[in-house]
Amino acid sequence: MAFNIKINGKTHDVDVDGDTALLWVLRDVLGMTGTKFGCGAGLCGACTVHVDGVATRACITTIDSIGAAAITTIEQIGATPSGASIQNAWLDREVVQCGYCQSGQIMSAAALIAGNPSPTDAQIDDAMSGNICRCGTYVRIRAAIKAAAQSLAKGD
Amino acid sequence: MNEDHFPALFAETYPLPADTRPMSRRRFLQAGLAVGGGLLLNVRLPIAAADAEESAGFAPDAYIRIAGNGEVMLTMPFVEMGQGTYTSIPMLIAEELEVDLDQVRLEHAPPNEKLYGNPLLAGVQATGGSTAIRASWRPLREAGAAARMMLIAAAAKRWNVDASSCRAEHGSVLHDAGGQSLKYGELAADAAHMAVPEKIALKTPAEFRLIGRSTKRLDTPAKVNGTAIFGIDVRPPGVKIAALAQSPVFGGRVKSLNEAAAKAVKGVRQVVRLEDAVAVIADHMGAAKKGMEALAVEWDEGSNAKLASADIAAALELAVQSPAPVAQNIGDADHALTSAATKIDAAYVMPFLAHATMEPMNCTAHVQADSCEVWVGTQVVARAQAAAAKVTGLPLGKVTVHNHLIGGGFGRRLEVDGVIRAVQVAQQVDGPVKVIWTREEDIQHDMYRPIWFDRLSAGLDAEGRPIAWNHRFAGSSVIARWLPQAYNNGLDPDTTEGAIDLLYDLPNFHVEYRRVEPQGVPTAFWRSVGPSHNVFVTESFIDELAAAAKQDPVAYRSALLEKAPRAKAVLQLAAEKAGWNAPLPEGVGRGVSLQSAFATYMALVAEVEVSKDGAVRVRRIVCALDCGTVVNPDTVEAQVQGAVIFGITAALYGEITIKDGRVEQANFDSYQMLRMNEAPEIEVHIVESTEPPGGMGEPGTSAIGPAVANAVFAATGKRIRKMPIAADALKQPA
Repeated sequence: MAFNIKINGKTHDVDVDGDTALLWVLRDVLGMTGTKFGCGAGLCGACTVHVDGVATRACITTIDSIGAAAITTIEQIGATPSGASIQNAWLDREVVQCGYCQSGQIMSAAALIAGNPSPTDAQIDDAMSGNICRCGTYVRIRAAIKAAAQSLAKGD
Repeated sequence: MNEDHFPALFAETYPLPADTRPMSRRRFLQAGLAVGGGLLLNVRLPIAAADAEESAGFAPDAYIRIAGNGEVMLTMPFVEMGQGTYTSIPMLIAEELEVDLDQVRLEHAPPNEKLYGNPLLAGVQATGGSTAIRASWRPLREAGAAARMMLIAAAAKRWNVDASSCRAEHGSVLHDAGGQSLKYGELAADAAHMAVPEKIALKTPAEFRLIGRSTKRLDTPAKVNGTAIFGIDVRPPGVKIAALAQSPVFGGRVKSLNEAAAKAVKGVRQVVRLEDAVAVIADHMGAAKKGMEALAVEWDEGSNAKLASADIAAALELAVQSPAPVAQNIGDADHALTSAATKIDAAYVMPFLAHATMEPMNCTAHVQADSCEVWVGTQVVARAQAAAAKVTGLPLGKVTVHNHLIGGGFGRRLEVDGVIRAVQVAQQVDGPVKVIWTREEDIQHDMYRPIWFDRLSAGLDAEGRPIAWNHRFAGSSVIARWLPQAYNNGLDPDTTEGAIDLLYDLPNFHVEYRRVEPQGVPTAFWRSVGPSHNVFVTESFIDELAAAAKQDPVAYRSALLEKAPRAKAVLQLAAEKAGWNAPLPEGVGRGVSLQSAFATYMALVAEVEVSKDGAVRVRRIVCALDCGTVVNPDTVEAQVQGAVIFGITAALYGEITIKDGRVEQANFDSYQMLRMNEAPEIEVHIVESTEPPGGMGEPGTSAIGPAVANAVFAATGKRIRKMPIAADALKQPA
């Protein structure tokens, strides 16, 4: 079945079954490999994208559920103020190790600070506990989110 | 610094082109690491054999290539899987080559064990065992220095001055007296004709400008914007995607399948049937997975259909009843036990563990009549090439392997089972095919950290000091399969590391190991390897001895460290920084561990809280370490933070169990990982040292388990002798 979906400001026509996960459309059909496959069951957060600004697991989001919603992926999140702020904080704090989960971490974190200029530890836990990092970068992720939120609030 | 450092590793920003990087011609270089650590710097690329771009270049060894346009390309002998090797190895070379890190570009080494074999792993081209910096520390600085000396010699000749009157900095040679300077690129062609220096003088630590300073990782920018290319991200033109199903019972065979139903799924192109696995080939993974469900494979379960991990554990328990090969003997432990004032006996059990790398296993292969091309992120690229050659029957030279960034290794990608599978599938597919393991496939067909059973007995004198230590354990020897030449007389150096080399003064010390391979279950290295088991057992047991002697765990250990000053120093530092003697609320306890492994000394203090229902929460970790010379301090800190989290996951949740021949865990719901809301504060204190560097990728993982278990004992009085820590056993009666 043909679907017309809006990703990073561009529309794409894709012809797949309606129950196909957005993740595979992004990675395999459209070649946008920044969004990662981790579990296929919404358990690890590696595939996190934004659907109308809301952090969403692409591996359990079917293509027929998207409609006219705007999808943003890691490839374009740097064009948003919160995304750029998170990416800069990730670089400043040297968060990344293997990096495989970090697309998803950044997407979850960008959604968090876009709506919350000063997240508490508990709010960071709530927003980020769905994202697994096997390299164990959690300590630095927490610090980077706080730094990014501050810098965003200051308009840096 | 940005992704420009990695022209070949990181494609430009979306849309990402297919990764079809050609192999460079420069592979004929014959310099390399000699076993034992010396650098062979003997033969350079013959100019006549080089292509135009490289004809004006200078390639003094297998790691450095300076082009006529000034580009400095460094070839990375170890693969990046998060540990920071793509920054620390360039730091070693650049320090002596006198270039800045923003002047270098990096590429993955191709398969070539003569050039890139790891001298600390018997010449296997492998990234593992926390060996990269240890193996490279001298030879790669020498490689940089030799190249610099040849560039200086070329400049001196050009200027007709004495080489000793010239110096190098920031990628140029300068002759201060004459006010002259030439960039490396301008000297590259001449430098290629200079004699390789016989004597190489390395900088003293006081002269270091890079080593020892926290340095931004070169791989980070591409990893925060989605452009980094991991193995799973490659897209050679025309690539199809395959979902894989291997027999759920170890050793089973395909019995039947419904090919027509699978092919009826939109996007499914083909079904590949192997003896013990099937693959569904499709346009995208969604169709491949849906096709796999429709395929409804039935299996012949074979001889392991009744296999259970409880039976495997029972076999190990039985094995330690009988004498085993002696791994270590000092004094006479049995005799000393007879005069002990106090005797302590204990048995410990540790489970199978999966690696659960965030990037599931995957490999892309394209097999043609006379060639095979493989794209994969692997810790053993030469073994990947050899495996593909064996499956296809092609000579090594016809097999190209492109190595990629690794989305978590932890030992899993020291194995090539995934490469073999992909090539087997690709043999039946027209064009390239990317074989992706679902998370369930990844966890249920891992090669597991072995299960262990340990028995220990010790004797204390009247003052509580240990006068006898007996330890016998049984389990798999991964080395016996992976590096058979290192397995001798029933023993190997990895399986016993952390059991036979204790830091403490133990006058009568006896250790035996019995190799018992678990039937049907493949085993493999897992982050912190041998010590992942042995340090838990020995550091828990020494804690038991301290408790039996009614002494403080830190003071007890410290009194046994007269011959190990570096260990004693980190123990004292960790205790001091943790506030070891400060009071804690009820239900909270502190535990300590001390280890020397991977040539690094580490002490950890864990603070844990045990709730009334038995749930363990790790609140705070304080680490003190002495890893000798530090190359990149920020990476050392990051590796401790990460290794500790990895080890806490294992201590609290890690267990693979087998029932009816099948692994019972499948995804992150049944094989749990530590998450953000559970992550403790982690402090890292590094002791300054000019000793040679030790390994840093793994020590934190082996050291944290016993620190947490000992803290649980401090909080509850209950000793943890079986991993993972079971909340049920810690539950307080209502």
